[in-house]
Amino acid sequence: MATIQLEGVSRRYGQHTVLEGLNLTVNHGECFTLLGPSGCGKTVLLRLIAGFEDPTSGSIRIGDDLVADAATGVTVPPDSRDLGVVFQEYAVWPHMSVFDNVGYPLKLAGVPKEERVSRVMETIALVNLHGLEKRLPSELSGGQQQRVALARALVGKPSLMLLDEPLSNLDANLREEMRFEIKELQHKLDITVMYVTHDQEIALAISDRIAVMDGKGAIRQIGSPEDIFEKPVDSFMFNFMGVANFLQVRREGSGFFVGQGGQPVPWDKPQGDAVAWVAAFRPSDVIIRRDGAGLKGIVKRASFLGPYMDYLVEIDGTHLRTSVDTHEAIMRDLMFTDGEPCIVDLREKHWFDAQSLGEVGA
Amino acid sequence: MSTQSKKKPFIGTAGIILFLSIAILVVFVAFPVILILFNAFWAKGEFNLVDVVNVLREPDTYQALLNSVFIACGTTIGSTIVGTFFAWLVTRTDLPYKNFMKGLFLVPFMLPSFIGALAWKMLLSPRAGYINRFFMDYFGFEEPVFNIYSYYGIMAVEVMYLFPFVFIQVCGALERMDPTLEESARISGAGLFTITRRITIPLVLPSILSGSLLIMLYSMAHFGTVAVLGIENGIFNIPTLIYERIHQSAGSFAAIRTGTVLATVLVVSAAFIIWLQGKILSKGRYQIIAGKSFRPMELKLRGLRYPLLIFCLAYIGFTIVLPTAVIFMVGGLKTYGLPFTMENLSLDNYKFILFDYKTTKDAIWNSVSLGLSAAVITMFAGVMISYVIVKMKVRGKGVLEFLGMLPFSVPGSVIALGVILAWSGKFGINLYNSVWIILVAYIARYMAFSLKANSAALEQVHDSLIEAARACGATMWQSLRDIVLPLVKPGMFAAFFLIFLPSLRELTVSIMLYAPTTRTIGVAIYTLNEDGETVMSAALAGIALVIIITGQTVISRLTGASAKG
Repeated sequence: MATIQLEGVSRRYGQHTVLEGLNLTVNHGECFTLLGPSGCGKTVLLRLIAGFEDPTSGSIRIGDDLVADAATGVTVPPDSRDLGVVFQEYAVWPHMSVFDNVGYPLKLAGVPKEERVSRVMETIALVNLHGLEKRLPSELSGGQQQRVALARALVGKPSLMLLDEPLSNLDANLREEMRFEIKELQHKLDITVMYVTHDQEIALAISDRIAVMDGKGAIRQIGSPEDIFEKPVDSFMFNFMGVANFLQVRREGSGFFVGQGGQPVPWDKPQGDAVAWVAAFRPSDVIIRRDGAGLKGIVKRASFLGPYMDYLVEIDGTHLRTSVDTHEAIMRDLMFTDGEPCIVDLREKHWFDAQSLGEVGA
Repeated sequence: MSTQSKKKPFIGTAGIILFLSIAILVVFVAFPVILILFNAFWAKGEFNLVDVVNVLREPDTYQALLNSVFIACGTTIGSTIVGTFFAWLVTRTDLPYKNFMKGLFLVPFMLPSFIGALAWKMLLSPRAGYINRFFMDYFGFEEPVFNIYSYYGIMAVEVMYLFPFVFIQVCGALERMDPTLEESARISGAGLFTITRRITIPLVLPSILSGSLLIMLYSMAHFGTVAVLGIENGIFNIPTLIYERIHQSAGSFAAIRTGTVLATVLVVSAAFIIWLQGKILSKGRYQIIAGKSFRPMELKLRGLRYPLLIFCLAYIGFTIVLPTAVIFMVGGLKTYGLPFTMENLSLDNYKFILFDYKTTKDAIWNSVSLGLSAAVITMFAGVMISYVIVKMKVRGKGVLEFLGMLPFSVPGSVIALGVILAWSGKFGINLYNSVWIILVAYIARYMAFSLKANSAALEQVHDSLIEAARACGATMWQSLRDIVLPLVKPGMFAAFFLIFLPSLRELTVSIMLYAPTTRTIGVAIYTLNEDGETVMSAALAGIALVIIITGQTVISRLTGASAKG
């Protein structure tokens, strides 16, 4: 059973605190992603779990074993933690052939030669590298080197795999292909995977659960990809999870009005005493029409971007962006030009106190 | 998970490596230097600054200090002009055969300067020098054309063999300089002269200065040329005076005192120069470097192309080919002073030196075995110390970083003196008059080379390669054995040759430490020359040149091949 349990884990470098009092549990057999902007400490967290660094305070358990505890000074070196690690830089040893790279963990473990050969060949086949086992890394493409790194991490049948941005150096097609392969391998082998990335597309596609970290190393939300995408808990999450629209709304008495104008808000009202409010929503939540119910606005700028039309709409001094599938726009007469009036409605929105939004720099 | 959780051991592998590294640097480098400082400032049982000043005010020491500075300044200015000019010529003009010429200008690196000095002595000594005699005999000159036994003679010889330091640095800077910097100035309407003055020179200046300071450092502490050319006329600089005093008085207190005070001056000025160089380089770095293999703007030399090519070839001919030829020819003479005719020349001297003459046979054996041992020991020690400095995260690393810088700033004669103080039995071990004391000194002297080559190689080994091995189940030792060592092999290889080849021509350190049976090649050439055995000295120098040039060629072949593979 490879669960990971972090309790009150902090990591400081001199005066600089990267992680502070972090608690996290990863269940057996799940693909758990740490998602966050670069420099947020997610790699440090992974390195703490791998044992390349020790926590300044707090404890880490893998399965039933205490692998690091700052209070008692217990630390299990990385080579005794039964892990597979895949690095962002591949870290494929340039002086060893593909076969030797993949076979190294087994050689260290003292696996007899015959078994070793068969297991290495099996793993090489698993990552679709058969026929390349005699090559040196310098004779492989980036994607192939990445597979070597993956095979090397898998060959020892670890119960836990740690992957640090393993796809970020690949081109788009290969990235897509590889992320499905990782997911498939994880199911096939029933292992726990901890995946670190700043790319939310990968995170959403691959994960059973996601933890989103902010720039200061704190976890803002943990949940399934659907939860994270559909129900961001706060403005940081909203901002982080997609190009968001923020429509300014003001309260006058019991009435709510959009921008500086006099159009009342036609949707459910926010709860609270604040005067300045913001409605947050994705461009895809916007319904744009020529007439009907909704807010009156003007198309300030229409851009044709091939598969879809991109519109910038002004409503009484406040702006929002939306896009319409080109095909649909032609079918339903939604090809607006600059300066044309339009009607805007929303499928989904989240209310935020404008002040709280200011704090995260939205 | 099958492994038991365990407490971190108090002293692990990391601790052992760190301890060993510090111990090596302390014993071989820091301890001798500390002894020098201690002996310089600690007299009659107390800290004594007055005595230090008194030593420095003695006419001989004072003069030696002035000489060192004077010669170093002259050499630096001369080398900077020569080096910068030739560097500009081979990178920024349309000089014919540029790449070939660039290679030629690096040849002086191979020629040990004291052998060069020896050659120039044979050519330009006031009475017996071949050139002087030629002019006096055939053109009726009353006076010698040039007296090599003079300040200017010494400076000229040092410039000939030191200017490549500036040449290399400036070539590198000019080649790597982003040509768009100059092109944009040109587009803005600046002429070539303005561009050179306002853009090119300011950008290359840090490299020029850094090369100049390197020469300054080298020349201040340089023994060979001054010893060969200066002593005749009573010109001493700091290293030659240290040698003279220690040698004459066989280790008397006053001599050691003078030596340590002078050595302290050398260490302090070396440290200052290195500090200054670091400052200049860190200031200049951000501007110059862009990518590489751009095609820089070239000045059209037009009518001057071939005259300048001939000038370059004449310079090489005069400074390299002529002295080398003289060494080999004098080495073939029956007696020094005979004209170079067929009946006077033979290979007998070379045969005698290689097969029959015990002094020289011993010297060659000593140099080769010392060089090999020093290279092997220093190579392994260097890779370990660099590993701690570059890769490990342990407490106490700062001490090691400081100690690791030390070998770079301690000149050879200082190391020799410190080694005498440390290993002459005062601290329980007496290596004096044995070959071991030279080995100890070589290790201290060449540690800097090894650290440089190995750190550079280790920087190339990304941390994740080692971490990947650890994650695969390798212990620290296993990851060192299977991953780190195979990957830094080229660096260790380079370190080996960076030490082995220079040690074959080493003079400064071994001259202070030799005993009758422990002469090195350098010492043998020097002492044979001192004893008036000029032809033997020249023949041995010729053999040394053959060994050095062969070695250098083999290495550039090997490293060139491995760089391509």
